[in-house]
Amino acid sequence: MSPTPTAAPAIELIGIDKKFGAVHANKNINLTVAKGSIHGIIGENGAGKSTLMSILYGFYHADAGSIRINGQATVIDDSQAAITAGIGMVHQHFMLVENFSVLENVILGVEGGALLGRGVSEARSALKRLETDYGLEVDPDAIIEELPVGLQQRVEILKALYRGAEILILDEPTGVLTPAEADHLFKILGVLRDQGKTIVLITHKLREIMAITDTVSVMRRGEMVATRRTTETTVEELAELMVGRRVLLRVEKGPAAPSDIVLSVRNLTVKDGRGVTMVDNVSFDVRAGEVVGIAGVAGNGQSELLEAITGIRKPASGEILIHGKPVTGFDSARLRALGLGHIPEDRHHMGLVLGFEESENSVLGYHRDSRYGRGPLLDLDACREDAKAKIEKYDIRPPNCRLKTANFSGGNQQKIVVAREIERDPALLVVGQPTRGVDIGAIEFIHRRLIAMRDAGKAVLLVSVELDEIRSLSDRILVMFAGRVVGEKTPDTGEQTLGLMMAGIAA
Amino acid sequence: MENLDLISILGSTIRLSIPLIFTALAGLFTERAGVFDIGLEGKMLFSAFAAAVAAFMTGSPWLGLLAGITVSVLISLIHGFASITNRGNQIVSGVAINFLASGLTAVLGQAWFSQGGRTPPLAASARFTEIVFPYAAELRDTGFLGRFYANIISGHNILTYLAFLAVPASWWVLYRTRFGLRLRAVGENPGAVDTAGISVTFLRYRATICAGILCGCAGTYLSIAQSAGFVKDMSAGKGYIALAALIFAKWRPVPVMLACLLFGFLDAFANFMQGKSVPGIGEVPVQIFQALPYVLTCVLLAGFIGVARPPKAGGVPYVKER
Ligand SMILES: Nc1ncnc2c1ncn2[C@@H]1O[C@H](COP(=O)(O)OP(=O)(O)O)[C@@H](O)[C@H]1O
Ligand SMILES: [Mg+2]
Repeated sequence: MSPTPTAAPAIELIGIDKKFGAVHANKNINLTVAKGSIHGIIGENGAGKSTLMSILYGFYHADAGSIRINGQATVIDDSQAAITAGIGMVHQHFMLVENFSVLENVILGVEGGALLGRGVSEARSALKRLETDYGLEVDPDAIIEELPVGLQQRVEILKALYRGAEILILDEPTGVLTPAEADHLFKILGVLRDQGKTIVLITHKLREIMAITDTVSVMRRGEMVATRRTTETTVEELAELMVGRRVLLRVEKGPAAPSDIVLSVRNLTVKDGRGVTMVDNVSFDVRAGEVVGIAGVAGNGQSELLEAITGIRKPASGEILIHGKPVTGFDSARLRALGLGHIPEDRHHMGLVLGFEESENSVLGYHRDSRYGRGPLLDLDACREDAKAKIEKYDIRPPNCRLKTANFSGGNQQKIVVAREIERDPALLVVGQPTRGVDIGAIEFIHRRLIAMRDAGKAVLLVSVELDEIRSLSDRILVMFAGRVVGEKTPDTGEQTLGLMMAGIAA
Repeated sequence: MENLDLISILGSTIRLSIPLIFTALAGLFTERAGVFDIGLEGKMLFSAFAAAVAAFMTGSPWLGLLAGITVSVLISLIHGFASITNRGNQIVSGVAINFLASGLTAVLGQAWFSQGGRTPPLAASARFTEIVFPYAAELRDTGFLGRFYANIISGHNILTYLAFLAVPASWWVLYRTRFGLRLRAVGENPGAVDTAGISVTFLRYRATICAGILCGCAGTYLSIAQSAGFVKDMSAGKGYIALAALIFAKWRPVPVMLACLLFGFLDAFANFMQGKSVPGIGEVPVQIFQALPYVLTCVLLAGFIGVARPPKAGGVPYVKER
């Protein structure tokens, strides 16, 4: 479907500028999206993609710039104006009322009268029609919080279509989906485009851009740096445009040389705070000199498994051994003393104290070490010297160990954690979502450090919901579904096979 | 216990529950819209004072009610201005209103009437008095049902009947109208309302106005229906009890009414036990009974009612740009 050249573009953004306080989120942005196309917008975290689209949807007000929809100058000063102009948006964080039914969410704002009765029954039949037209099935009476995220997203799409959207914006829609669900979403988007709708797809996954878009625009640090026809560009070029320099997308690594078993997990069962079994009788080993990756859709027990291994959560039953020595139930300080390093899944929640100086975070957890002080006193100079060395080695920017950690970007914050854990030279490194919310440049760096650990003969256990990451780093892949390890695969296993296992369909 | 007179206890249960029902419903509207309303107590007190003054000056209870509602709505708008428009702390704003109410009503009362913060006693014609239903007098002595009709169904002032009407009316507004749907939505996820093209600010203001009207009825009831004038601090913590009832009822209209009746009953029971002796124990200090509603509130709030999940966006001003 190539749009006819005479038709006015569906969207024209002209000179859009937006500042949040000191942050210049959008700098004089121009963007044209052809009618009836799927237009991708990629960029690293914080590049300003969500901000730009939220301005188009009337959620934020631009400081400067104008908008034309279908060739008409259009003032969009609130979401009502955007809806009237035929724009619908599926936000990165869903805008749903969780204790409402699907139907109530769909009619919110377009109730069709002061009383609900008639609007509700009209919406019910309209949903039926949308369901058959686009294959968007969902029970209209289901309560949102009881639906899986994939279906919640479907409700967001239905909301937009019910309001008659001709332009549909999706902000990082696949972050919460399994590969199979993502494929299904892309099919739906294809159908929508073929019916003449215009789709803007925000993502930071290059593969998705190549698979589904007609054109793609790249944003970097608040600027629109390039727009390409998808058929005329490559993943490598887009990655370079995003980051501003050449990046290696796949880590280069030789074959692994696994030796002795370092970590042993035997029949481990872990329950969460509500007493629900999250890890169900799981057993595996990790040897020195190998990376074992645990793949799975978020919420299938990976977090609880990590917490049990790193001493944060007591297992309900089973055994954990390090170098053959039982360590079940040890707290994290004792485990660290035994040579365990831990890069936690969520650096804000566990890895860092954001209000601390960089140098303080860079010794956190090891601050009792004799290197950093004597008795109850900290040797601040020693801490800062140590921090400076790490900043240098890990290229943490800005190179200032006295700066508050909150003021570093996501990628640099993650490097602070990675540097702290790796520089202790642990025999076993347990890593959760090492590159979540981290820009491509830093991803490349962190991946290389993890492989270097492996090559130095350390055991690495890696948990990630990014299948690409698991496949490119691991020497063996375990797939978790519903708290169980449903299979072990080699890293050259196809994505589809792994995707089916992650969805609990194949073993 | 001699003469456990059920009918008269139930009668006073109803009388004591009315201000709670109005006030808790008021809190229901604001809190369901995501605005915490600690200032219920203060609004009630302000409107009690305004109603008593207006009724005294004009001799009309209806003008008293109008004044009570007007003042209460104004105070609600101040709360809205502080916490919705200026995104201030909702608890602080509410507490400030309560202090202001307690102080200002006493000072103005003293300045205007010089009767120790009281307003002058009202004539019956300036008050909402009991409405007697047909045949009530005749049926009064015809057994339990007759007494029930005469003392429980009949014989209350108009605001009492209004309070019981306000319960289904609130339910209907919340669950059957567009306004109610949006109001419940804005208390859970204001982002959903905003992206649906609805103004979060205007919606929350309308919710606080609803609360102002209901609190105005509560205050008016206190000073010109239940009593014949304003007395310093006459709301006596009822605003807080109403908040407790609201949580107890998990922010739903019909359970709110039942919770308020329960608290009213405990209050009535405490009054009834005054000076009476409990068989086998003897006379129990009345303070024990008077403490019961508060003890129950503590016990209930300590988690004996299951999880009371407050509206998710409650207490948080809606801020889009950091
Ligand atoms: N509501 C907001 N208030 C203040 N700053 C914001 C807000 N939303 C985004 N920002 C900042 O604007 C920049 C761009 O963010 P965003 O548009 O979300 O990027 P992207 O979607 O490309 O990851 C970031 O530095 C972010 O911290
Ligand atoms: Mg974003």
